[in-house]
Amino acid sequence: MSTRTITVENLARVEGEGALTLVMEQGRVTQAKLRLFEPPRLFEAVLQGRSCLETPDLTARICGICPVAYQMSACHAVEDALGVKVGGALRELRRLLYCGEWIESHVLHMVLLHAPDFLGVPDVMALAKVAPERVKGALAIKKAGNAIVATLGGREIHPVNARVGGWHRVPAKAELEALLPALRAARAEAEQTLDWVAGFDFPAFERDYELVSLKHPREYPMNEGRLVSTSGLDLDVREYRSHFVEEQVDHSTALHSRIIGRGGYQCGPLARLVNNFELLTPGALAAARRVGLDPSCRNPFRMLVVRGVETIYALDEALRIIGSYAPPEAPSVPVTMKAGTGQAITEAPRGLLYHRYVLDEAGLVRAAQITPPTSQNQRTIEEDLFALGGALAAMPLEAATRYAEHAIRNYDPCISCSTHFLTLRKEPGE
Amino acid sequence: MARPTLAVWKFSSCDGCQLSLLDCEDELLAVAGAVDIASFLEASSQVRPGPYDLSLVEGSITTPHDAERIKEVRAQSKLLVTLGACATSGGIQALRNFGDHPRLMATVYARPQVIATLATSTPISAHVKVDLELRGCPVNKAQLLEVVSAVLNGRKPVVHTHATCIDCKLSGTVCVMVAKGLPCLGPVTHAGCGALCPQYARGCYGCFGPSDAPRTTPLAQRLLEGGASPGEVRRLFLSFNAAAEPFQQEAERHVDPDHHR
Repeated sequence: MSTRTITVENLARVEGEGALTLVMEQGRVTQAKLRLFEPPRLFEAVLQGRSCLETPDLTARICGICPVAYQMSACHAVEDALGVKVGGALRELRRLLYCGEWIESHVLHMVLLHAPDFLGVPDVMALAKVAPERVKGALAIKKAGNAIVATLGGREIHPVNARVGGWHRVPAKAELEALLPALRAARAEAEQTLDWVAGFDFPAFERDYELVSLKHPREYPMNEGRLVSTSGLDLDVREYRSHFVEEQVDHSTALHSRIIGRGGYQCGPLARLVNNFELLTPGALAAARRVGLDPSCRNPFRMLVVRGVETIYALDEALRIIGSYAPPEAPSVPVTMKAGTGQAITEAPRGLLYHRYVLDEAGLVRAAQITPPTSQNQRTIEEDLFALGGALAAMPLEAATRYAEHAIRNYDPCISCSTHFLTLRKEPGE
Repeated sequence: MARPTLAVWKFSSCDGCQLSLLDCEDELLAVAGAVDIASFLEASSQVRPGPYDLSLVEGSITTPHDAERIKEVRAQSKLLVTLGACATSGGIQALRNFGDHPRLMATVYARPQVIATLATSTPISAHVKVDLELRGCPVNKAQLLEVVSAVLNGRKPVVHTHATCIDCKLSGTVCVMVAKGLPCLGPVTHAGCGALCPQYARGCYGCFGPSDAPRTTPLAQRLLEGGASPGEVRRLFLSFNAAAEPFQQEAERHVDPDHHR
């Protein structure tokens, strides 16, 4: 009977390079291949023999969109190996840096990369013609987020100030207070951006995902917490490798993450929101309720609305941190080299970012493992495409292609981050 | 007059340099109005065929396929400008050039034989003619806008090639090497970042690559006298611009006894 193939040779509006092939037979998807063909960059290999103090700056270069996430996971993992504790204002500043990255990355995805799908335009330039005020407002929020990163870190992309043990230099209170007017304006604008994206048309699509995120007793998770899931996982992050594996699939070099004994899972904004809903600030909580988000949400198409709520949260949190900031006595705590193994997970804008380093007595890296969020979500993205089969089969080819791309973009996939080379995956039985 | 057409291309990279364009929040819409963005996959699903007046190329060449693709890009482009350390010197992924490639691949992949990759990471200029190279990991936004603006106005872009050390003096920053004994590549690193690292109380790590006529050997000597180990000196020169010739040559003068491979 009728066989149709959807091919997208180059996925647009994602970070990095990927392609999609979907084969549909008799109203169902029989093959879904999300092929991420980013050239391998061999980070885990070239890190061997480098000083552990270099890992934040070296691994930041895995991703220009979320360098802060790499710097944070690297710092925490090395500190875990060396037995270093970073607290007080030094810890608060790390959280502030992360707020800046969440804001700029979330707004980049919501408005510049994903909103065009909902409004049927090719890009933000076209979007600026149909919704000029919203685009202008979004760019102002993004700029405020970037200003946090640039103030604390020297520049927006690959900032230079974070280090194992804390910071090279901590800011004066006045440097941070200079950010306040733009952050307050962005906070007001973020409510409007949220209401705007919440009014888009969302397909009625849900799946029973296992949602995995960090969870901290007192704060919405960024730098630390236990690893929890909606199916009852509750682990110390050091137990990650006992419960999660990266594996190769037949006929493929894809390294997909999987929970041992269970399968695919989802990490990222929706997982964080569902697992930590009550830890949002009162303002972000009210905004979430206003747009109908609560811990029962399982619709991946609404992930950009969740990003809107997290943007409000990150702005609230940034304002709080700056308001209560008092410069610490020293920019970092002392760090002494020793042999050991360290691990950490932090919440990159797109989800869990795992780093593990084995160090020798001189603090040189003997082995490294880095698992970025997009590798962890890839299996789930493909499973979404299978589940959308009926709807895709009923559409004309061009519309079906656009819809499939839209479904992939729900996850804001960061292909540059995929340090492992990923290629086609075929379904069992096919 | 028709607006000049712009295309943005990605090879092996982190996306950060092309993101710099989207990070120009105040100028983005103006730039989009002044040029005709014909191909910019990270930002737009609308892609039009060449030829293009200006191609901005991010990333280095690390696969056989990309070694061919860059030739097509060149053929389609009136002007080709490379963005950043990867495109200009091979980037951090050029660290592979110093290792045993099969062994590096086997460290990351269980079945490396099915992956088509080159043993080296090379800059765009090793494959095709490049009209201008913008340094940096990442590029500086202001320099990026300067290049686009120069092309729009048919003039030569102003991009300085002196050492970061000079910018540092001009900014009135206290020398971190003299005052704190921190290793700093500022004296041999290309200007462009605005001498950021010393302003954040750390030494320059060379992300803009070698400056015009860099005197790396006296600097390395000074670092050794200051207590740095040969391994540290080697690693300092081997980072984001490891395959830039002056940095590579200096690094190779220093044996890393700590290195395990």
